[in-house]
Amino acid sequence: MQLAVWTYEGPPHVGAMRVATAMKGVHYVLHAPQGDTYADLLFTMIERRDRRPPVTYTTFQARDLGKDTAELLQDAIREAAVRFEPQALLVGASCTAELIQDDPAGLAEALDLPCPVIALELPSYQRKENWGAAETFYRMVRQLADKSLKPAPREGRRPLVNLLGPCALGFRHRDDVVEVTRLLATMGIDVNCVAPLQASPADLRTLGRADINVVLYPEIGGEAARWLEQALGQPAIRTVPIGVGATRAFIEEVAGLAAVDPWSALDALESRMPWWSRSVDSTYLTGKRVFIFGDATHAIAAARIAAEELGFAICGLGCYNREFAREMRAAAAQYGVEPLITDDHLAVEDAIRAASPELVLGTQMERHIAKRFGIPCAVISSPVHVQDFPARHSPQMGFEGANVIFDTWVHPLVMGLEEHLLTMFRDDFEFSDSAGASHLHAQAVAEPVAEASTPEGAVPWTEEAERELRKVPFFVRGKARRNTEGFAAMQGRTQIDITTLYDAKAHYAR
Amino acid sequence: MTVETRLAPLDAGCANPAPPVVLRERGQREVFCGLTGIVWLHRKMQDAFFLVVGSRTCAHLLQSAAGVMIFAEPRFATAIIEERDLAGMADCHDELDRIVHQLLERRPEIRTLFLVGSCPSEVIKLDLSKAAQRLDSRFGGRTRVLNYSGSGIETTFTEGEDACLAALVPEMPPAELGSALQLLVVGALPDVVEDQFLRLFGELGIDAVRCLPARRLADLPAVGANTRFLLAQPFLGETARALEDRGARRLEALFPFGAEGTTDWLRAAAEAFGVDRMHFNRVVAPGRERAKRAIAHSHERLRGKRITFLPDSQLEVPLARFLSNELDMVPVEVGTPYLHRELMARELPLLPQGTRISEGQHLDRQLDRVRADRPDLTVCGLGLANPLEAEGLSTKWAIELVFSPIHGFEQAGDLAELFARPLRRRDVLRV
Repeated sequence: MQLAVWTYEGPPHVGAMRVATAMKGVHYVLHAPQGDTYADLLFTMIERRDRRPPVTYTTFQARDLGKDTAELLQDAIREAAVRFEPQALLVGASCTAELIQDDPAGLAEALDLPCPVIALELPSYQRKENWGAAETFYRMVRQLADKSLKPAPREGRRPLVNLLGPCALGFRHRDDVVEVTRLLATMGIDVNCVAPLQASPADLRTLGRADINVVLYPEIGGEAARWLEQALGQPAIRTVPIGVGATRAFIEEVAGLAAVDPWSALDALESRMPWWSRSVDSTYLTGKRVFIFGDATHAIAAARIAAEELGFAICGLGCYNREFAREMRAAAAQYGVEPLITDDHLAVEDAIRAASPELVLGTQMERHIAKRFGIPCAVISSPVHVQDFPARHSPQMGFEGANVIFDTWVHPLVMGLEEHLLTMFRDDFEFSDSAGASHLHAQAVAEPVAEASTPEGAVPWTEEAERELRKVPFFVRGKARRNTEGFAAMQGRTQIDITTLYDAKAHYAR
Repeated sequence: MTVETRLAPLDAGCANPAPPVVLRERGQREVFCGLTGIVWLHRKMQDAFFLVVGSRTCAHLLQSAAGVMIFAEPRFATAIIEERDLAGMADCHDELDRIVHQLLERRPEIRTLFLVGSCPSEVIKLDLSKAAQRLDSRFGGRTRVLNYSGSGIETTFTEGEDACLAALVPEMPPAELGSALQLLVVGALPDVVEDQFLRLFGELGIDAVRCLPARRLADLPAVGANTRFLLAQPFLGETARALEDRGARRLEALFPFGAEGTTDWLRAAAEAFGVDRMHFNRVVAPGRERAKRAIAHSHERLRGKRITFLPDSQLEVPLARFLSNELDMVPVEVGTPYLHRELMARELPLLPQGTRISEGQHLDRQLDRVRADRPDLTVCGLGLANPLEAEGLSTKWAIELVFSPIHGFEQAGDLAELFARPLRRRDVLRV
């Protein structure tokens, strides 16, 4: 057993729901008790979808157990097939139904339905949401894709690609698809099929027509792309175009495979982000310590942007999906940090506390942690809450995505000139440290946790040094305290006085 | 499966000639399970912790229902059953012990720990009452360990609170024989509402009033033959039965929604405690008048509007009674997951004749009826609200009726406003 308060991922059948809900013409019959219907609200409330997820739950009860749960499932399948007339039907079990072993696959097959039935086996006690989504999408592609389809001869037509992985409840998937489609169009490349988002089973049949598969979200589309590579010989592009550098690499890779000229896209669609980052107001971003956590793909992409495109220093990097532990370890090694691979948010909280970063990039869990600690935060990955499904176009991918990322990550920080003004006016009697930066109203947090966490047995501060420390602006005070204490311990000093404080400042000067 | 039955009149002398027709349905239900009650119960009982023994789905449900809005570390968690736990039962109990140790080490201030059963724990027949006994004898000096089931195969939404409170009843100390009459208010109410009621009872001259659940479970009230209890919530059938088994007597009343419901509820206590009628009227009049004035603000907008309740919290019947009697709304269909006929005996006859009452659910057929009826307002769960809005039907989230203070005189206006706001919004929007 595992003790959990919040979870980063739901059970695998929620992943299957994300695929079914993203698609058109699909229905999912889920053998599950009534409580599992809560999952509908993820889509209708958090993502504000205007229709119910295409899911029928059998909602069996205690009195049905050992009697007719199998019959209940068959009735539900039969009714759903008649009422919704899907092009393809998914059947599966949630965690409870998995235990009663009614064999949804066999029961559905026995009904001889007029549409293809894809039976899902998603082990709820071993796997989680992303895996469930990837497995569901892979099963559908494998069963529905027409293996005899090949790309038409290349002469006289534009290259065709599939975009794999965009899904319901994904972080900015809707906008990323628009952005990547536009990028490809500029290069003279057309999109054959986007899947699962907005695709129908009929669309999945035609996947083989494309020259290339673009895996936008490896967590969801990776497994299907691997199969398509083997079974249909379609090459896959796995560079995820999040950030300016990654987008350029993506363009060059696509151009190479599709044999088109990359410069049309690179010239036509440059991002403002590089100049925004080079302009002098951004100087203060240099070396800001940032802690990054999310799904592996978004976290690794964020680390590259942070390090190469904003000049931040990475003080923590990790992901909650163990399936991508290898990729995460490689990335962490590159930035010289220990990778944090865990789905225990309390462990993440401890790591953030220990690292005391100046900016946290994470999921909604990290947003809550950062809020509690009074550390600025931006969201970069699922799971996210309703405010992270914005009305406006707000991609993460492509050059516009890089612009969006610059704005979203820099906004929570105190701005360049303002940092100096805060220092200048610190002693003014009308100025209060805790008021915070002028562009962040009502977010002031009285005391960053990092500051208050002097450990037991640490070198004691003299009163005078404590007073001096309070003259340091609040947003760097935690770092100053931590550095000074580390320095004093390293030097074997018995107390921290004003001299120690300034010795430490000189030692860490950069 | 759909069956229509006519409710037999409970009281032979009842003046209502045609008891309402009840449509009984079975099919897909779209409701929360009893675990959801933890979201409000853990805020109410501040020295208690709720440990769900279940799956990742249970943990995911709780955080989705709570909306991850809770800022502090919540007083609930899930012990997620994993593959290796399913290998052998002995292993499961050891694992649970380990988790409880871990938890109590981290949260030593917890005085009562509820082990909460779930669908998976029920299906694998994990005996949580045995586990609770074992852990209670180990930690009993410091932390009492109890259990109940919030599983979706046995409980629907608010029935989780019923199961939790019923589990507390055996823990209540026995009232001394021959002690004076005691009033017990049963059902988790927001503190502000509870305080209002306690003030009113005090003014009526009823001083011996206790609440179940108590804010601190360390001081559970006593119960015995001299206990009279009022249900503040209509979904507490099991708790009522458990209290009656300990000799307590239920005071029959309307539920305290709106000016009339609240007056009737208070009157039931006043009569049982021999409060002078004139005195009762004097004490109750100001609140009752305030409630009526507050309700009047929404009357114009709600009068004559047709409303359908989809089954959710079992609050549906009393709320439909309030809306029809005090705001002149027209209930079209009143769906409830479970119709507790005994507890609803006073409420049902006050619904207008011809109101369609449905018990249980067949979701798709019920939605077909909503589309055919086209009520002005549909009260439904979070999974259905936006889809119905997109079809042009105004909705009210049922869960708000469970989370917000709606009982009593001072909240009657707010309660009416909850129903009026979606309609007003619809009128002002020009997009």
